[in-house]
Amino acid sequence: MQPAVIEIAPSDAELETEIDALLSGGISWSETLGFALATLRTNPMRTLLTTLGVLIGVAAVVALLAIGRGSQESITASITANGANLLTIRAGAASSAGIRGAIGEGASLTMADADALAETSRNPAIALVSPEYSGNAQLVAGSTNMNARVTGATAIYAQVHNTTLAEGEFISAADVSATAKVIVLGANVAETLFAEGGAIGQQVRVNGSQYRVIGVLESSGGTGFGSLDDGVLVPLSSAQRSLFGARAVGGSWSVSTIVVQARSAEEVDAAQSQIETTMREEHDLALDGSDDDFSVINQQEILETVTSTTQMLTFFLAAIAGISLLVGGIGIMNIMLVSVRERTREIGLRKALGAREQDILLQFLFEALALSGVGGLVGLLIGSAIALAVSMTGLMTAVLSWDVALLAFGFALMVGLFFGIAPARSAARLDPIVALRYE
Amino acid sequence: MSAMIRVQDLRRTYMMGEFEVHALRGVSFEIQRGEFVAIMGPSGSGKSTLMNLIGCLDTPTAGRYDLDGLPVERLDPALLAAVRNRKIGFVFQQFHLLARSSALENVALPLAYRGGLRAHERLERAAAALERVGLGNRMDHRPQELSGGQQQRVAIARALVSDPALLLADEPTGALDSRTSQEIMQLFGDLNRSGMTVLIVTHEPDVAHQTRRLLEIRDGQLVRDHPTPKLGTEPSQQRRSVGKRRYYAARSH
Repeated sequence: MQPAVIEIAPSDAELETEIDALLSGGISWSETLGFALATLRTNPMRTLLTTLGVLIGVAAVVALLAIGRGSQESITASITANGANLLTIRAGAASSAGIRGAIGEGASLTMADADALAETSRNPAIALVSPEYSGNAQLVAGSTNMNARVTGATAIYAQVHNTTLAEGEFISAADVSATAKVIVLGANVAETLFAEGGAIGQQVRVNGSQYRVIGVLESSGGTGFGSLDDGVLVPLSSAQRSLFGARAVGGSWSVSTIVVQARSAEEVDAAQSQIETTMREEHDLALDGSDDDFSVINQQEILETVTSTTQMLTFFLAAIAGISLLVGGIGIMNIMLVSVRERTREIGLRKALGAREQDILLQFLFEALALSGVGGLVGLLIGSAIALAVSMTGLMTAVLSWDVALLAFGFALMVGLFFGIAPARSAARLDPIVALRYE
Repeated sequence: MSAMIRVQDLRRTYMMGEFEVHALRGVSFEIQRGEFVAIMGPSGSGKSTLMNLIGCLDTPTAGRYDLDGLPVERLDPALLAAVRNRKIGFVFQQFHLLARSSALENVALPLAYRGGLRAHERLERAAAALERVGLGNRMDHRPQELSGGQQQRVAIARALVSDPALLLADEPTGALDSRTSQEIMQLFGDLNRSGMTVLIVTHEPDVAHQTRRLLEIRDGQLVRDHPTPKLGTEPSQQRRSVGKRRYYAARSH
């Protein structure tokens, strides 16, 4: 729009005053918005159908982002539920290069390794060491039997993995040194074997030998990696000696994993290097750098990988939903173009009565923005409702957040602006003389 | 005081492809405050072009046009819009009322574009304008609930609502029957007598002869500028004399 400047003879002050008066007026934006809304109200069906495209797009974006964020949080929670700052040591090289592939191949981890790691003087960054031995076994109680993951654990296990008991007690150091035939059941296992309750004190046959139930774990609810709901715990020595026969070369007993807890999140990296040094010494690996025969899995690295993967998936889904929003925007543009054509004479009249180009532009832009804004708002509500409904089924969790809501609504408005500007400009540029004669 | 309209050597040329069409070839005249003028001419004569220029819907290719002291040919589009809004009241052949708005809302529309007035002030002024054209009892009706004559009265009220310097009517009776046309022309006459400058563009002699001054346009030029002849002095007026008599009878009581 060119500036409202005209050549005026300097002496003509009276004319200048009149021009200023003419320029001072004009319609307010709220009046223009009123015209736009009034038009939308006169054709409610068309308005509804036009907003539908944006509505569905926003609802899909909001619901998918909420579900994505929810799954990410639940995965993160199930990983960290094991306890924070954990490092897991397994036998075999982590390296994927060359032929050293399979974990557990070759050299094994032993109780001696665990004892060495527990020496505070050598490994100041390590707080707790939990040697574990796992395998599958058949459990029988009365006439019920099931297969379950059996983990041999020490008393430290409960601290490292943050396990809580629903009833009874956990495996004690005395149980481990006595190779006691006691067992702690996961919540689902207890439910299966002793449906009527009262598991404590009952006998369970594990691969043929009798074990006495001393505790039942609290259900962790999830199905994540760390969940013990479907497993059982026995003293480490019992697992090694009587259940799985894990005698290692050289007289020590082998373990399948050693889980180490660092003193704090900041010391995880220090703990990792101390573990590597200690393990290489214990396994007599040359200092010049022959390959490790063990691997250390850093829980935070897993967390980061999982987080970035779910994030990518979420944004991918949201982008697809965003495309439907764009399609909704094209719908708005289509209707606006039809509307400009239908209302050509009205536009001509408004211009004749004193509407400036910017007034007409704003009126049609407001219409497009109102369509996309209302679609965005209702889509937000429906998307949130879908997210809540999904959460209530219990299959997935959805987490709604303000930034997602604002993002989706803002994007809807941008779509309205983007697709509304072309029709609004064509309306604003109509020649009133031609428009008034339009049939 | 200066003239309401002063037109000097006004020219308007359109480009039709490669050809120049000279719609107006230098027109000059003045119209004083309070005059009642008809611009007449056959179709293609340039009278519509002249009306668009006078109505500030278009700008001349050359020449000068002062409206109420404003040099229109030098104003930019935004100022022209403001001039149309404050200085000119348009009345169209096809009424051009917003179908979904009431008579009152239609009449208040120019005041919205003027700005500076509250909604209730605008509606009060619109109501007063409707009273002035005799439609005080039809304010909430929509255009389709009104007769053609009533619709044109609403349009005239809309033209009056912003107290314009000039009432500019383009074939205002073209869509009306002869009796309704008479009533509308009577209304224009009444408004003129109350001081309003009225300019009617028409090709109908019956309409033109109820004004007090005739500007005749032909081939883009002003060919006659003269006081409107008395009724009956031209042969074409004979057959309408009954209607005219009724018109004058209605006026004289």
